[in-house]
Amino acid sequence: MIDAGPSLVETLTFRAGFNTSLVVAGTTLLGLAAGVVGVFAMLRKRALMADALSHATLPGIAAAFLAASWLGAEGRSMPVLLAGAVFTGVLGVLAIQAILRYTRLHEDAAIGIVLSVFFGVGVVGLSYIQANRADGSAGIDAFIYGQAASMQPSDVRLMAGIAIFGVLATALLLKEFTLVAFNDAFARVTGWPVSLIDLLMMALVVLVTVAGIQAVGLILVVALLIIPSVAARFWTERIWLLVLLAGVFGAASGYLGAVISSMLPRKPAGAVIVLTAGGVFALSLIAAPARGVIAASFRRLGLRLRIASDHLLEAAFERGDHLLSRAAVDDLATVRGWSTPFRVLLLFRLRLAGFVAGSTKAGVSVSPAGLARGQRVSRNHALWEQYLISDADIAPSHVDWSVDQVEHVLSDELIARLEARLAERGISVPAPAGHSS
Amino acid sequence: MSWPAFQFDVALDLFPMLAGLLAAVGCGLLGNFLVLRRISLMGDAISHSVLPGLVIAFLIATSRSPLAMFVGAAVAGIATVVLVELVKKLGRVEPGAAMGVVFSVLFALGVLLIESAAVRHVDLDADCVLHGQLETLFWTTPVQSWDEVFQLRTWTGYVIDPAVVNPETGEVVRSAIYHQGVPRQVVTLAVMVLAAFAFVGLLFKELRIAAFDPALATTLGFNASALHYALMVFVAAATVASFEAVGSILVIAMLICPAATARLMTDRLLAQIAWSLAFAIAASIGGYVAATAIPSMWGKEPVNAAGSMTVAAGVLLTLAIVVSPKHGLVVRAIRRRRLAASVALDDLLAALFRFAEQGEPKVPRARLAQLVPGIRLDRALGLARKRDLVTLDDGLVALTPTGLDTGGAIIRRHRLWETYLVEQAGVSPDHVHETAERLEHLPPQPDLPADTDPHGKAIPPGV
Repeated sequence: MIDAGPSLVETLTFRAGFNTSLVVAGTTLLGLAAGVVGVFAMLRKRALMADALSHATLPGIAAAFLAASWLGAEGRSMPVLLAGAVFTGVLGVLAIQAILRYTRLHEDAAIGIVLSVFFGVGVVGLSYIQANRADGSAGIDAFIYGQAASMQPSDVRLMAGIAIFGVLATALLLKEFTLVAFNDAFARVTGWPVSLIDLLMMALVVLVTVAGIQAVGLILVVALLIIPSVAARFWTERIWLLVLLAGVFGAASGYLGAVISSMLPRKPAGAVIVLTAGGVFALSLIAAPARGVIAASFRRLGLRLRIASDHLLEAAFERGDHLLSRAAVDDLATVRGWSTPFRVLLLFRLRLAGFVAGSTKAGVSVSPAGLARGQRVSRNHALWEQYLISDADIAPSHVDWSVDQVEHVLSDELIARLEARLAERGISVPAPAGHSS
Repeated sequence: MSWPAFQFDVALDLFPMLAGLLAAVGCGLLGNFLVLRRISLMGDAISHSVLPGLVIAFLIATSRSPLAMFVGAAVAGIATVVLVELVKKLGRVEPGAAMGVVFSVLFALGVLLIESAAVRHVDLDADCVLHGQLETLFWTTPVQSWDEVFQLRTWTGYVIDPAVVNPETGEVVRSAIYHQGVPRQVVTLAVMVLAAFAFVGLLFKELRIAAFDPALATTLGFNASALHYALMVFVAAATVASFEAVGSILVIAMLICPAATARLMTDRLLAQIAWSLAFAIAASIGGYVAATAIPSMWGKEPVNAAGSMTVAAGVLLTLAIVVSPKHGLVVRAIRRRRLAASVALDDLLAALFRFAEQGEPKVPRARLAQLVPGIRLDRALGLARKRDLVTLDDGLVALTPTGLDTGGAIIRRHRLWETYLVEQAGVSPDHVHETAERLEHLPPQPDLPADTDPHGKAIPPGV
């Protein structure tokens, strides 16, 4: 038990030794910055451009190493390598823009070309270093998959510094970034320097990418930029909350990922961090209240129930009997495609709303309130039909077949005219008592 | 610095070169449809995300059997497409971000599985997935004579010297010596290329319609999305067949670059496919040779061949962007220059005609310079004199009889357009000049029985 490693709790609370704590702190800050900066990359639909950018850093790293050692400096110095990474990363983005501007190729091809060719140049550079230099490329190819565990305190400080700068810059420029991300045309006509703001956004992406390649590797750093913001998008429609949540998700992924990977042998931190972020994404996709799958299906079920209950009440009213026989309900279920569990839910909802007094073997007993509702539905149905027949050419484009809204959508005058037309066809649709049309 | 040197060695170079070539041709063929459908990055995504499929297949089959690997990769490839669609639809996420989320998570899963101890001590590591191991495909016992070339066993491999076993103890005294046939990776790649050609050949008509107009394909009664999934399966298959030999980075490059380069050379699909295959072959062979030849100029060791092929594909693309005879920058610049010259010539003739109308047949050059500025005037005057449309005498420019006719025709077009715009299109007379100024350079003209334009000027009669 003498050489037992630090426990999970110790690592989580930064008490697992200086180096581990440093790495955990660094990846947490990196996740925060990547999440925050990534929001705007996502809103500008540049997720995959960031991917090309991060792949394009490899030749820069190899070239910086060669250049530095040729000049007699230490090739493995982190600032030198990262400067090279920034240089070719930016070159890659410019190459994408040049391909889009000067050829007929589309964005997907441009991104793919830059991603693969730049990375190919990097692979050639790395293999050159490996084959022709006695000290080999050890330490440089770690950039491809990342090697959080072998980071030096100075590397972590550099990464943390870049991350903090990125977060602060985004916080300061939040208003400008938001404007350009949502409506760049408006921003331009109101006199904002849109190209400059765009450039700043991209520069922050470059900085965070470069800061992240050592920890998570250049293939996976793009995941830290994209996933937290896409996950946060499920939770909110507000930009400041989106930025905040993306930052929190990114930080949590960086923190948990680094802690978990430090506990397990041979688990590369980059992959674990990305998988943690993937877990956050899956959770958000399923469970987020604003746009998650569960919330959306509940909303859809609610809508279906409302429509189905209107159909049932309408049928009861049109039969002129408060007791809707079991056979009639069966017919409705067949025509409308209601499953048995759905029918149970439907009756429950109708009783809850007071539209149904009770249901027996004989059938469903509709309450007076339910019949009034049915009358209204029936009337609206007839009015809508008449409207579509005679006035469809002026139909507002987004009306749904909603019972509550018909009177709000159509003017009183038009409804009176529709009633007159219906009367001509011998159909009378009086409004229920206590309801004015 | 010395001359680039490359010595083809059957033992060392035959199979690596062949593997690169086959991978490039197979991916290059399929890539045409990805680039046309604007889903090139699906190739990128799939070649990242087949990784976990491969590793899981490996764990289940516990061997590197090509069939297991293929099934694993195909399942992972389809899973990628399905997951991307799911994330797009369920989460209302834009396609790029959806792809990014799915493939990075799957790739991370693959890296994690590979690094896990169970897979660690077998020969499957993340680096070889990226760069491939072309260099390991050398032939231990190459053919020595032409006779051998025509013998089947040369290619399938055979035992040269059987193992010697001690009959009493059953102990192997000396293990067998084999003649190694064609490497398995090359066979797999050849099968993949044949399958890809069969797929494209059999479904060419359907692929073509689906590439340009998926909605039309669906209304014509064949299932465009089934075709899409089939294409994705082939992309996944090409990825898995290639990755061991050439690595996924070359797969991505060859799926996109040759087709994109070909797209700059032609507007016809068949020609595009032919060009893309030519570029794929050129990039793979050129890249392979350059990997050895270029470093040799400085007496250095060869570099990674797969990476070098990728770079060669990029170089070819750059060349095509600049000098393609159809869509290249040079051709477009020349075309633009010619158009500018012809417009300037038209403007010059029209200006001289207007002066002549006002009784000034000889115009000083300096006054023309105000109408047709700078270098354009020099070029227009040069052209006009070469075609015998104007004379330049003592700084005075005058139209020749042919020049007068040509200038008249331009002015006629200009004024007919003005008349048309006012009378037929209801544009106010003071707004028509700018439009007519552009339309006068184009051959068609409105056919109107008018003698004067909206400003009361005479329309010259047609010739």
